[in-house]
Amino acid sequence: MASKVKSTLVSMTLTLLIVTVVSAGILAVINQLTKEPIKEADLKKQKLALKQVLPDFDNNPIKESDTIPSDIQGDAYKLVVFPAIKDGKLVGVAIKTFTTKGFGGRFDVMVGFLPDGTIYNSIVLNYQETPGLGDKIDPEKSDFSKQFAGKNPATFKLKVKKDGGDVDAITAATISSRAYCDALQRAYNAFKKLDLKKYQNN
Amino acid sequence: MAEEKKNRLDIFLKGFIKENPTFVMLLGLCPTLGTTTSAINGMGMGLATAFVLTMSNLVISLAAPYIPDKVRIPSYIVIIASFVTMVDMTMHAYAPELYKALGIFIPLIVVNCIILGRAEAFASKNGPWDSILDGLGVGLGFTMSLTILGAVREILGSGKVFGLNLHIYHGDGILVFILAPGAFLVLAYLIAIGQRIKKRIYGE
Amino acid sequence: MENLLVILIAAMFVNNIVLTKFLGLCPFIGVSRKLSTAAGMAGAVVFVMTLATIVTWLLQKYVLVPYHLEYLQTIVFILVIAALVQMVEIILKKVSPSLYQALGIYLPLITTNCAILGVALLAVQNTEFGLLETTFFAIGNGLGFGLALVVFSSIREKLDLNDVPAAMEGVPIAFVVAAILSLAFMGFAGLA
Repeated sequence: MASKVKSTLVSMTLTLLIVTVVSAGILAVINQLTKEPIKEADLKKQKLALKQVLPDFDNNPIKESDTIPSDIQGDAYKLVVFPAIKDGKLVGVAIKTFTTKGFGGRFDVMVGFLPDGTIYNSIVLNYQETPGLGDKIDPEKSDFSKQFAGKNPATFKLKVKKDGGDVDAITAATISSRAYCDALQRAYNAFKKLDLKKYQNN
Repeated sequence: MAEEKKNRLDIFLKGFIKENPTFVMLLGLCPTLGTTTSAINGMGMGLATAFVLTMSNLVISLAAPYIPDKVRIPSYIVIIASFVTMVDMTMHAYAPELYKALGIFIPLIVVNCIILGRAEAFASKNGPWDSILDGLGVGLGFTMSLTILGAVREILGSGKVFGLNLHIYHGDGILVFILAPGAFLVLAYLIAIGQRIKKRIYGE
Repeated sequence: MENLLVILIAAMFVNNIVLTKFLGLCPFIGVSRKLSTAAGMAGAVVFVMTLATIVTWLLQKYVLVPYHLEYLQTIVFILVIAALVQMVEIILKKVSPSLYQALGIYLPLITTNCAILGVALLAVQNTEFGLLETTFFAIGNGLGFGLALVVFSSIREKLDLNDVPAAMEGVPIAFVVAAILSLAFMGFAGLA
């Protein structure tokens, strides 16, 4: 079924134009339809992470979240602070932090602090660490991240034991382990500078 | 009528062994190695590609008579790219885990030589029903290849298949199979086996 | 300057586009039987890849994002690449007809080279890169592709003269070679 239409400049331009416009139009419609579900899906991961790193809360930490600068300049390097409130009292603060020192590049960590600075729990949000090695920072793959729960960075040095700290690194994945500590340290540094009373608004 | 029926079946089935895109035609290799770290990822990728292939085959088969010869490749590409974007958005919204696992390979479906290849070789020259069958056959054949490759890599590399632990390893499994070198290695042997099978069934 | 060099080296070796990211494989298997063709192909790819990445990066930053047209990314990017390849074909025909002949069908096939679209997509996903970093990233990846292609074709030239088990002849043994090369390149991991 070879083309019945001759290849003239007009027919070629018109065809390409029509094909592109129709395609763009259809995609615009689908884009509208899927915009909300996509936002929902992206948020779901964040909501789940918050539930896992904070004690029980009854507010909406995402709605009340705040963005603060970190030690690295740039919009992509801002940290996000999520206050957790239960019965009107601040029960914890989660911080979405990051590290650029991962083996596979940057990865983000959600860490929840109690008001006194103790880490409640932490969970890695997205990573490209090596499967079977660095990916053990994922709590679904190993208990590495659990060792931070209940520790206060004021007394628990967030460095791997090899570097003089208190953290048990993942065997054969020192870089990923160090990067995880880097992320937590960044979050703690920001946490210390927070004015917690600001979130205790009610 | 029976002759035509048999022809239709042949169009559909050839994508599985005789003209299997991965092991015989050696097309679409990039996603083949990049998304087969597990059986479910391979299957997901295969199905996404199959969808784009079938739909674009259909649309191109219908539109081909009206597209001037000199702009057919760019036009086909836009049509294919549209379906790819559709799949991308839908996956992002309704299957976010799979979407994340397949990552950059979803938009890369548009440059999967299989799709443009079938469009040129078949869809632009045949009717819509045959084009659908061709797309489905090749697409599902591709899915089968990716699932097999993914399963082999997953079993050898982590002792699991489709996420279920088969308990064949004491520890974690032979890691290299989930990494790049292992991908090449497994593919090499599967191609060798696949070509052997094809020779047995269809002769030289 | 140092940062740019790191980006280049990382793209070329540590994250080699063919051997670690699996992009650019189709021409890899098809073209790499002769060293001279491989070299010509590599040059064309570096050129198209760099140009395409720069253009698509600019389009993403100044058109797609400000006008909320991100969903048109796939279509726009691939059309840009197709147009650039056409341009390269025309230029090559005039400037070096012999290379044009040698590359034959593989030249238009650069359009469907997943490495080119892949690198363009990777470049815009990286929020840290400015235009200069993106350019070095593209050049690095292009050179990495060229490197893999050239090394591969030299090995295959030698392989053709050796005894290979019948079942493994041709493509399967090529992939085993790729596996070993990939393993070797993993050794670069500590570089960057």
